[in-house]
Amino acid sequence: MDRPAHQVRGQVAEGAQALGLPTTETEERISVATQWQLMWWRFRKHRVAMASTVVVLLFYLVVIFADFLAYSNPLASEAQRSLLPPQRIHWFDNGRFAPHVYALSGRRDPVTFKRVYTPDPEKKIPVRFFTPGFEYHLFGLIPANWHLIGIEGATPEETLFLLGTDEQGRDLWSRLMYGTQTSLTIGLVGVTISLILGVLLGGISGLYGGVTDTIIQRVVEILRSIPTIPLWMGLAAALPNDWDIMRVYFAITIIISLIGWTELARVVRGRFLSLREEDFVMAAELAGCSQMRIIFTHLVPSFLSHIIAATTLAIPAMIISETSLSFLGLGLRPPAISWGVLLQQAQSIQALAISPWLLIPSIPVTIVILAFNFMGDGLRDAADPYGQ
Amino acid sequence: MLAYLIRRSLLAILTMWAVSVLSFVVIQLPPGDYITSYIAQMSSSGSGVSAEEAESLRRQYGLDQPMTVQYLRWMTMVLRGNFGMALEYGRPVSDVIGDRLWLTMVVSVAAIILTWLLALPIGIYSAVRQYSIGDYVATFVGFIGLAIPSFMLALILMYLGFTLLNVNIGGLFSEGFGEAPWSLAKAWDLTKHLPLPALILGLAGTAQLIRIMRANLLDELGKPYVVTARARGLSETRVILKYPVRVALNPFASTIGYLFPYVVSGSIIVSLVLSLPTVGPLLLKALIAQDMFLAGTIVLLLGVMTVIGTFVSDLLLIWIDPRIKYEGR
Repeated sequence: MDRPAHQVRGQVAEGAQALGLPTTETEERISVATQWQLMWWRFRKHRVAMASTVVVLLFYLVVIFADFLAYSNPLASEAQRSLLPPQRIHWFDNGRFAPHVYALSGRRDPVTFKRVYTPDPEKKIPVRFFTPGFEYHLFGLIPANWHLIGIEGATPEETLFLLGTDEQGRDLWSRLMYGTQTSLTIGLVGVTISLILGVLLGGISGLYGGVTDTIIQRVVEILRSIPTIPLWMGLAAALPNDWDIMRVYFAITIIISLIGWTELARVVRGRFLSLREEDFVMAAELAGCSQMRIIFTHLVPSFLSHIIAATTLAIPAMIISETSLSFLGLGLRPPAISWGVLLQQAQSIQALAISPWLLIPSIPVTIVILAFNFMGDGLRDAADPYGQ
Repeated sequence: MLAYLIRRSLLAILTMWAVSVLSFVVIQLPPGDYITSYIAQMSSSGSGVSAEEAESLRRQYGLDQPMTVQYLRWMTMVLRGNFGMALEYGRPVSDVIGDRLWLTMVVSVAAIILTWLLALPIGIYSAVRQYSIGDYVATFVGFIGLAIPSFMLALILMYLGFTLLNVNIGGLFSEGFGEAPWSLAKAWDLTKHLPLPALILGLAGTAQLIRIMRANLLDELGKPYVVTARARGLSETRVILKYPVRVALNPFASTIGYLFPYVVSGSIIVSLVLSLPTVGPLLLKALIAQDMFLAGTIVLLLGVMTVIGTFVSDLLLIWIDPRIKYEGR
């Protein structure tokens, strides 16, 4: 780096003070720390980002164990229990810890034709933990039927409705678990595709410069100045109706990554351009390193952290895109379950007025997007540990 | 300056061309063509179309030609102002779209203006009173604004409006004004309905601008020229508004290129939730009914309007602030 030594030492001391450690000892620790250690120390100081990382990890635990956390088959529908409001778990029975729910009896209101459900405090149904329920394949491989919560002596599909049910009488909690799985993995897959495109095109653009750079930059500019949602809608609507869930899933992911790569390409190009001028690159060139060696052993490690930060910040945009498209009915289609598919049922004011709990999926959407943004901010700040 | 203008216009034209190709792709993507849909339409209404008739129709519309020829034919048609027929409505596409395109633009521009009106004072306040309660509130609201997709915000506000105030906050016109011819009263009615959709659409952008404005102004406030101005006895308002704010204003200029397409994009989906009479609901209906001429035209017109909008605002900003770099963003 071309910074004068005293400045760097000053920063080290500053960093040591911020870490709350005795200066001389830390100074030594910091000067021998690897780049990644420095980043980790700096990231750790960003409390909101740390908390957000935990939140994100928790959400991905839900992704992995969605089947276990759901207690009802997400596709089991029953008109007899349509639009049930969220149900309360009563944790204590006469001062004793015995979680239970009340049995519900439903009938149709003769005036409004709306189904009304009344809990019966006499009929207590005990709630159990780690109970067998509907069959699933853990990680898509291992057959299992264990669930976090369940009901003793009855099927949860008929008795347990923590977040209520939708119009077809499907349990919203269980559907939310599966929706989380779909929406969060689509974010990851989409960002991976964008990343490959972005790094490839941004790298070429920054490395070669000249006409190639100009062309790629114009393409990026053009893509960024087009309103994306109408375009996505047009492309998504063209997917054949008879495609199965998996094919639609991948097609939608590709459609949303087609635009998403531009931001990543911009970051990569920017880093390439600024790093190309650095002294250590020049030194490597003078020492006779090959182009490939310069790229992979000198350039890539120094901007990897920036790419990780930019990627993290790109994930929420992907999630919003999928949610929006599915919400419009042009993205994933039932029987696939995603946050957008779930929110689609809350589309009209009538639905909201009768069954406001259908809006519940908007809460995890907001939390995840917020968490990813904070985490990305923290990563971006930590990405350059030698900077200010 | 002139070189910049030429470069900028060329880019705008190139972008419009890209938009037209993409719209054409949207029209062409679904299986079958215009005639297939037309035949389906006719046979569902009872009158069949024979194979020879279909063939002659195909020839008449040039659908037997290669793609590039079809694209050129479509472009010449569009440039003459003929966008084809909207199958579902049996009327020309331009008729069906009518006022909706302009209303889309009115809503989007209103959202941008509101974004600026809100972000400027709040950004200045947040920077000048750094770490005050107001600053924290602004930051918090800003993050929420970034995290909630606009359509979800619309849903939530609609629900709150319904349960707390018992009003339907959707729509752009009061009852009776929707179909009425344009008049001063109708325009006033529109103005009264604009702020809410504009706010919903603009919130994410506002949040971003506040953050940028705050950061930039904080950088400026510590600079020697501010200290000098203060030392020479200028009033505090004057010290802040006259110099550092002007410098910090740059992001307002440089972000519009991204903000405008983003807002237009968002308006499509927000319009659906709030049932605004913009092209949004029309586009969705057209896509679901596979009325591709209507859908393609809407994508094309939206794209072109956005490009023109961005272009005009870029020019305006150069005129306002001559320091903007001509090399582009």
